[in-house]
Amino acid sequence: MLDLITPFLVNSAVQAITPILLAALAGTLCGRVGVFNMALEGQMLVGAFAAVVGSYATGSALGGIVCAMLATVLFSTILAYGVTIFRGDAVVICVGMNLLASGLTAYLLRQMFGVSGTFSDPAIVGLDKIRIAAISAWPVIGWIFSRQTAITWAAWILTALVTIMMFRTPLGLRLRGVGEDAEAATSMGVDVTRYRIVTVLAAGAIVGLAGAQLSLGTVSIFSEDMSAGRGWIAVVAVMLGRNHPLWAALACVLFGFADAFSIRLQGQGLPNQVTDIVPYLVTLAALVLTHGRRRRRQDPTITASP
Amino acid sequence: MSDAARAPSRLPRLPAAPMAILVGVVLGGLLVLVSGGNPFTAYWAIVTGSLSWSSLPNTLNWAVPLVGMTLVAAIPLRGGMINLGGDGQMVVGGLVAALVPLYLPGPGWLLILCAILAAMIAAGLYATLAAWGETRHGIPMLISSLLLSYPAIGFASFVVGFPLRDTTTGLAQTPMIPEAARLPVLSGPLNAGILIMAAVAVIVVLYDRFTVGGYELRMRGLNARFAGYGGVPLARQMTAVMFASGAIAGLVGSLIVLGSQFRFQDGALLSPGYTWSGLMAALLAGGEPLAAILAGAFFAALQTGGFAMQRETAIPRVLTMVMQAIIILFLAIRHGIGRQGGAR
Repeated sequence: MLDLITPFLVNSAVQAITPILLAALAGTLCGRVGVFNMALEGQMLVGAFAAVVGSYATGSALGGIVCAMLATVLFSTILAYGVTIFRGDAVVICVGMNLLASGLTAYLLRQMFGVSGTFSDPAIVGLDKIRIAAISAWPVIGWIFSRQTAITWAAWILTALVTIMMFRTPLGLRLRGVGEDAEAATSMGVDVTRYRIVTVLAAGAIVGLAGAQLSLGTVSIFSEDMSAGRGWIAVVAVMLGRNHPLWAALACVLFGFADAFSIRLQGQGLPNQVTDIVPYLVTLAALVLTHGRRRRRQDPTITASP
Repeated sequence: MSDAARAPSRLPRLPAAPMAILVGVVLGGLLVLVSGGNPFTAYWAIVTGSLSWSSLPNTLNWAVPLVGMTLVAAIPLRGGMINLGGDGQMVVGGLVAALVPLYLPGPGWLLILCAILAAMIAAGLYATLAAWGETRHGIPMLISSLLLSYPAIGFASFVVGFPLRDTTTGLAQTPMIPEAARLPVLSGPLNAGILIMAAVAVIVVLYDRFTVGGYELRMRGLNARFAGYGGVPLARQMTAVMFASGAIAGLVGSLIVLGSQFRFQDGALLSPGYTWSGLMAALLAGGEPLAAILAGAFFAALQTGGFAMQRETAIPRVLTMVMQAIIILFLAIRHGIGRQGGAR
């Protein structure tokens, strides 16, 4: 059992965690201002597509990242304005956004590049794997951080920054106030609507990074629905973490290791249909364990009113 | 919050859906225009490809699973709950429906009956797991129902990929079920499944309109806490609703397996995306069963028309998916589907 945990496993787990961690961070931010963001899956897909388009068009990975962030922010306006100005139901809007992202990227893939399914082209420039000689020599840190993309580094740095911002700054205090009691925040002179819009859009930029990592991080391709449930895992991480970035990150780490572990199990001769289930079972188990003792009280039940 | 919550309800409800459809059509047309196509030829291809006399059976055949999955979403939605696990429940039903006639002896009609019933029960029970997670462990059903889909799909994929695989073909699928256990053909692609689905649809509508249970479910949808104080056993109701919803998903799976594919193929039930389209249709109708059935049929026509459009105009059929999403988004944003906002 223990010999399954190798430097390679750790390294691939960190890779697998990156997009989920970024998306979960975005979901945490939205959750803090009282917007339940269930559209992470679709946002990530839009980001992944725009990253490939940008990289293809500009010939640089950075161009891809910028495109991904811009496109995802633009896409997030639906959620940002939909729940604030238009007062739509977040769950319904997010379900619509996920479907829109899936349909729109598939449509544009065919119309722009004339392919369906998967698009790969030598003109798509992937992200560089950063190799820092001093770090890769260290035993544990080296396994984790050698040959990772800049986005992976950014993900962890952002997690730290968001945590500090949220709990150590006046901005974070107002942000939390908006989510906890919008009326009280209003009476304190905080423009709740503007806080929500800006937060959701900023979160969109972060999910754009997640998308760029997905399509340019390891393989440099775009394929239809390539987010493949990662956005939903991020939603679960947000719930497990109860809108706290560090706990959400921990949930992502758990999932990433389960994922990397399941790939290792495949190497041991188990069919991939079985090992693919492992991360979801781990997630379900974690949900049962963390929610089990606290019961329902603290969670606003998520419903959609007809 | 209260002003905002009340304001939209003064707007007349009726024009909302047609307006949303209009917006979807216009924006979809613009998308076609921008990407260098002709929206009018595209839409004409959708209309003739779905509603002309020769394509109508195809549309109806597509409508059976889609209307079914619309009911799967609409029943919980009526009570303010969302079942996102339709994919997994449909797969459980489809797998069970394929295995019963393969491994049980008996006359064909009995096998069909057993297969459908077993599929419904299995899928219904699987769906209640999500309800149990919420009532016992406080895990939001929205998430657990979705997460539970993945193990079901993975398990089914494993079963037909390894132990119960048809080794004479190269694909991950079960052997063909015997001829006698297939649903009788009515005409062309249409089989008896449409009659079964129609009967279920009628039962759901009647239950919703004329029974205490239907009334209690609507009460829950309007205000769950009030319904609880009024004596509705909320936990038991959630379990029952999820069982019914999952059972219909299982029925859809079994009708596809027994009526058109005659075997369980890995991934074949899921690739058309019935679950999400069904959820969209149910949302379009605000969970009201009769309207949901109509919305499901509308989306089915849109999608079969999409195939014709792709054949005739080189415009990809995913355009119809984009239109569905736009319709829902417009409806959610313009008229606030969830305007009671009971959640927060």
